[in-house]
Amino acid sequence: MPKDGGIGASSKRREDVRFLTGQGNYTDDINIHGQAHAVFVRSQVAHGTLNGVDTADAAAMPGVLRVFTGADFEGVGSIPCGWQVTDRFGEVMQEPGHPVLAQGKVRHVGDPIAVVVAETYEQARDAAEAVVPDITDLPAVVDMKAALAEGAPKVHDDLTSNLCYDWGFVEDNRDAVDAAIRGAHHVTTLELVNQRLVANPMEPRVAIGDYAPGTGDSTLYTTSQNPHVIRLLMGAFVLGIPEHKLRVVAPDVGGGFGTKIFHYAEEAFCTFAAKALKRAVKWTSTRSEAFMSDAHGRDHVTKIELALDEQGQFLALRTDTHANMGAYLSTFAPSVPTWLHGTLMAGNYKTPLIYVNVKAVFTNTVPVDAYRGAGRPEATFQLERVIDKAAREMGIDPVDLRRRNFITEFPYATPVAVEYDTGDYNATLDKLLEIADVAGFSAREAESKARGKLRGLGLNCYIEACGIAPSNLVGQLGARAGLYESATVRVNATGGLVVMTGSHSHGQGHETSFPQVISEMIGIPEDMIEIVHGDTANAPMGMGTYGSRSLAVGGSAMVRATEKIIAKAKKIAAHLMEAAEGDIELKDGQFSVAGTDKSVAWGDVTLAAYVPHNYPLEDIEPGLEETAFYDPANFTYPSGAYACEVEVDPDTGKVTIERFAAADDFGNVVNPMIVDGQVHGGLAQGIGQALLEGCSYDSDGQLISGSYMDYAMPRADDVPFYSVDHSCQTPCTHNPLGVKGCGEAGAIGSPPAVVNAVVDALQRAGHSDITHIDMPLTPARVWSAMNG
Amino acid sequence: MYDFILERPTSLDAAVALLSDEDAQALGGGQTLIPTLKQRLAQPGRLVSLTAIPGIRGICRAEDGALCIGGTTPHGEVATGATAYPALADLAGNIGDPAVRSRGTIGGSLANNDPSACYPAAALASGATIVTNDRQIAADDYFQGMFTTALEEGEIITEVRFPVPEVANYQKFEQPASRFALVGVFVAKYPDGVRVAVTGASEEGVFRWTEAEAALSANFTADALDGLSAPADGMIGDLHGTPAYRAHLIGVLTKRAVAAAS
Ligand SMILES: Cc1cc2nc3c(=O)[nH]c(=O)nc-3n(C[C@H](O)[C@H](O)[C@H](O)COP(=O)(O)OP(=O)(O)OC[C@H]3O[C@@H](n4cnc5c(N)ncnc54)[C@H](O)[C@@H]3O)c2cc1C
Repeated sequence: MPKDGGIGASSKRREDVRFLTGQGNYTDDINIHGQAHAVFVRSQVAHGTLNGVDTADAAAMPGVLRVFTGADFEGVGSIPCGWQVTDRFGEVMQEPGHPVLAQGKVRHVGDPIAVVVAETYEQARDAAEAVVPDITDLPAVVDMKAALAEGAPKVHDDLTSNLCYDWGFVEDNRDAVDAAIRGAHHVTTLELVNQRLVANPMEPRVAIGDYAPGTGDSTLYTTSQNPHVIRLLMGAFVLGIPEHKLRVVAPDVGGGFGTKIFHYAEEAFCTFAAKALKRAVKWTSTRSEAFMSDAHGRDHVTKIELALDEQGQFLALRTDTHANMGAYLSTFAPSVPTWLHGTLMAGNYKTPLIYVNVKAVFTNTVPVDAYRGAGRPEATFQLERVIDKAAREMGIDPVDLRRRNFITEFPYATPVAVEYDTGDYNATLDKLLEIADVAGFSAREAESKARGKLRGLGLNCYIEACGIAPSNLVGQLGARAGLYESATVRVNATGGLVVMTGSHSHGQGHETSFPQVISEMIGIPEDMIEIVHGDTANAPMGMGTYGSRSLAVGGSAMVRATEKIIAKAKKIAAHLMEAAEGDIELKDGQFSVAGTDKSVAWGDVTLAAYVPHNYPLEDIEPGLEETAFYDPANFTYPSGAYACEVEVDPDTGKVTIERFAAADDFGNVVNPMIVDGQVHGGLAQGIGQALLEGCSYDSDGQLISGSYMDYAMPRADDVPFYSVDHSCQTPCTHNPLGVKGCGEAGAIGSPPAVVNAVVDALQRAGHSDITHIDMPLTPARVWSAMNG
Repeated sequence: MYDFILERPTSLDAAVALLSDEDAQALGGGQTLIPTLKQRLAQPGRLVSLTAIPGIRGICRAEDGALCIGGTTPHGEVATGATAYPALADLAGNIGDPAVRSRGTIGGSLANNDPSACYPAAALASGATIVTNDRQIAADDYFQGMFTTALEEGEIITEVRFPVPEVANYQKFEQPASRFALVGVFVAKYPDGVRVAVTGASEEGVFRWTEAEAALSANFTADALDGLSAPADGMIGDLHGTPAYRAHLIGVLTKRAVAAAS
C-alpha cells in the first residue's frame, strides 16, 4: 500500500500550485518603489586592452542617472574565488583578480565594461548603446593547449602563464601507476572531449540592489541557489558590508543547475549602485546576455588509459585532463576538475592504482564552473567510455567486465581518497537488465534493421559523491567555506510549524518533501508544516543547494532540530501529565505515558509552551523553537546503472533515443514521485549533452552558439519515456535519514550510456573503426564518423 | 526594441501609401521581424501591419485550378486549409511551433527568404506565382539569393498561386537547435515535368536541382536518382553541418521525397 503521507509517500508538489498558475514570486516579479534600471555594456571582443570608456554622450541621454565604469570600482574588492587548489608541486594555484567592471583589459566576449543606470529600462538600453569603449584588440586564446604553449598571449598579464594549476592526484601514486601501465597485459586508451555547456535555466539571472539610507542597510534580491553564501562572499570580500547590514533574498528561483551558485559581478554591481544612488537598482539578464555571462559548464579535454590483466581485472588508471577555467575563476571553478572529479575516478570498481593529472587553463572565454554533476559527469563519462572500449578490445562482454571489477565490500576506501560507506552495484545492474529488457534487445535490433535503421545498446554504471561535505575535510582540500547546513524549526502556539532552512529550492520540491520528514517524526499532517528558505533574514546560516546535498545535509539539520523540539516537547508533556520524562512516547501527534492511557495532544503541548501557565518554568524556557547545524561525517554515494537504446539513421547520421532505463540506489527515498522527476530531468539534461548541446567559440573567441538558433536544448520529443527504478536501496550509513541525494544522477549517468549505445550501433553495422565520437553526437558528426 | 509607430491600415492602397515612406516596413506575423527588433538589429520608424487588410488572407482555388493563398494567411491556416495540396499543408504544419504558425504568414516568409525557410522550397518547386500589389512574379524570377528577392521597396505580397501537382512531398531535415531546415527538399511532379527545390543548403538560398529534375522527369522513382549527387561547392558550412554533409542530405532527402510523394 503506498503511503498517503510522511516518508515514502508521493505527496503532490505543493509549490507547483503557484508555479503552474503564474503565482510564483521570482526575482524579476519584485519591483521596488523608485527602482532604477541597469543595462550592462559588455565586451564584444574576446581580448583587448581597455584604454578608456567614453561615457559622456550616454550620461547626457534622457533618464540616465549615472554611468558606471571600472574606475568607480577602484578600491572595491575583487570577486572572490571560494576554493584554492594546491598543485602537485605544493604551490597554490594562480589566482587572478576579477573586477566587478573591467579594468585595463577585457578578457572574454561578455566581460562587463560599463553599466548605465536610468529611470527606465529602455532609457538605460538606449544610453548603453552610446557608451564607447576604447579597446585595442589583442590576440585571443581559446584552445587550452594553445593557451599553454610558449609565448601564448596571456589572459592575465600579472600571472606567469595561462596555467592556473597542474594538479596530480594521488601524486604519490604517479610512478606506481606508470609502472603498472607499462607492464600491463592490455592498455586501452581513449581521448575525448567533455564539451562546454551553457546551463540555460528557464529563468535568466536577475539582481536588484536596495539601500535604506535611514538605517544603512543593504538588500540584494537575486536568483541564487545559496543566498547566505552570496551575502558572505559579496559582503566580506567585494563590498565590505558586514552580514548584519546586508540581507540577501533569493525568492522563487526558476532553475539553477549550478550556474546560480556563484557570486556574479551583476549582484555586486546592483548592491553597490543602490547605495551610490540611494535608489533600488534592477538588472534582468536577457537570454543573449545569459549565454555570455552565466558561468558555463564542463569543457574538459581528456586522455584516459586503463590497464587490465588477462582476466580483465583493472590494474591501473591514468588520466590527463585539460580543464578550461575561462577568463576568471568563478566561485567554485577550481574544485570541479580536481576534488569533485579526481576523487570519483575509481567509479564502482576496485582499480588499485589511479593517477589523475589536471591542468586548469585560463582562456578568453566565459568562466566555467559547476554544472549539474560538476566533475562527476566528467569522471563517469571517461571511465565508462574507456571500460566499454576495453571490453570491445578484449572481447569481454561489457556487463561482465564491469561485474568482474565491482567493489562488493563496504565500507571501501578507494585509492583516490574517498570511502564509500555502502552500495550494491550488482543489485542495481541486475535491476537494470530487467527494466531495460536487455534480453529483448536482439528482437528489437532485427525490427530496426528491417526498417533500415541501426540499433545499439549502451550500458554503464556510475557513482557520485553527494551531500557535500565534511567541513574539516573540504577545508583541507582548499574550500574557503564550511559545508554544513542549518535549520531552525519554529513551532507556533497552535501546533503548526515553520522550518527555516539554509537549503534552497529552485525546482527540487523541498516545500513538499521536507514536511514529509517532519510529519513522519511528529505524526502531524504535512500541511501543518511550512518550509521557508531563500532569505538570510530567516535561516540562521545556509550553504545552499547544489551537489544533491539538500536532503542529505539540510534535511539532516532539520531532523536534528526537530529531535531537539521533540525532546523539549516531551519535557512539557511529562509536566502536563505529571509523569517521568523517560516514560513519554510520541506517536501520531499524541504524547502518552508508557503503560497508561494518559495522553496529551501535540497541540496541547505547543500551546503550553507559549501560554506557560502550567509549565516547568524553573527547568525549561517557554517557547518551542530550536536550531541545529549539521556537518556530515562523509559524502553520500548514490550509484546506479543506466541503459540506453538508440537508433541511428545510416543515411543522415541522426540518432534517436528509443529506450532509456535507469536503476538508481539513492538510499532511502522520501518522495518517490519527486525522485522520479529529478531523475527524468537529469536524464534529459544528460541526453541533451550527449546529442544536442555544445557551446562553441571560433578561434577569435567569438561565441558562435550564442542563442537558441544555434545552441540546441533538448525538447520533449528528443527524449523517450523513461523506465526508472529506485527500489535498490542501501541507506547511507552516516546521516539520520539514510538518504543519498538524487538531483544529479541522471545527468551524470546518462551521457556515457548514450555514446556507448551509438558506438555499439555503428560497430554492429560493421564500422569497427569507430570507437568514439565526441559529444554532442549531432547528425553531422555521426554521419562524418561513418563516412570517414 | 526601439520605439516605432504601428499602423494598421484597412485597405491595400493605404498600406502601399504608408510603405512609400522609406522609414516604414511591412509587418506580417512578426515572427521574424519582431525578434529582429527586440535584438535592436533594425530600426524602422513605422511598422505597417498588413493583417487588417481585407481580401489578402485565406485560401481559394483559381479558375485554372491553382491554389491561391492570401499573402497574410498564417501557416496554421495553410496547414489545415490547403487540403487540395497536401504536401504544402504538411510543410506549413511543420514550421516552427503552434505559436509561430498561428501568427507567421506565407507572405512574410517569402518576403524574408531566409535561406533555411520552408515556403521558398514549396514556391520554387511548384513554379508558384508571387502576386503583389503591383504585379505577378514567377517563382523562378523571384528568389535572388539569401534574404534577397525580386520585391521592390514597399511592395506587398498579396497572394501566392500554387499550381497543384499530381504528387508532391517536402522532406525537412531539421537543424537541431533552430529546427529550421538544415536541408529541405520539395519535389513536385507536374504533367510537364518534375521540379525539385532545395532550401537550407546553399549559400545562394533556395535553388532548383536541375539534374534531379531531369532524371525524375524521365523516371519518377527514387532509383532514378542513383548516381546523382549535388555538388558540395557553394553549400553552407556551419556548426551544424559541413558543405559535404549538406550536399549528401540533398540526395537522401530527394529520394525520400520521391518515395513519399502523394
Ligand atoms: C521559433 C520560430 C521557429 C520558426 N521555424 C521556422 C521553420 O521551421 N521554417 C520556416 O520556414 N520558418 C520558420 N520560422 C519563421 C516563420 O515562418 C516566420 O513566420 C516567417 O519567416 C516570417 O513571416 P511573418 O509573417 O512572421 O513575417 P514578419 O516577421 O512580420 O516579416 C518578415 C519580413 O517580411 C516582410 N513582410 C511581411 N509580410 C509581407 C508581405 N505580405 N509582403 C511583403 N513583405 C512582407 C516584413 O517587412 C519583414 O521584412 C520560425 C520562426 C520562429 C520564431
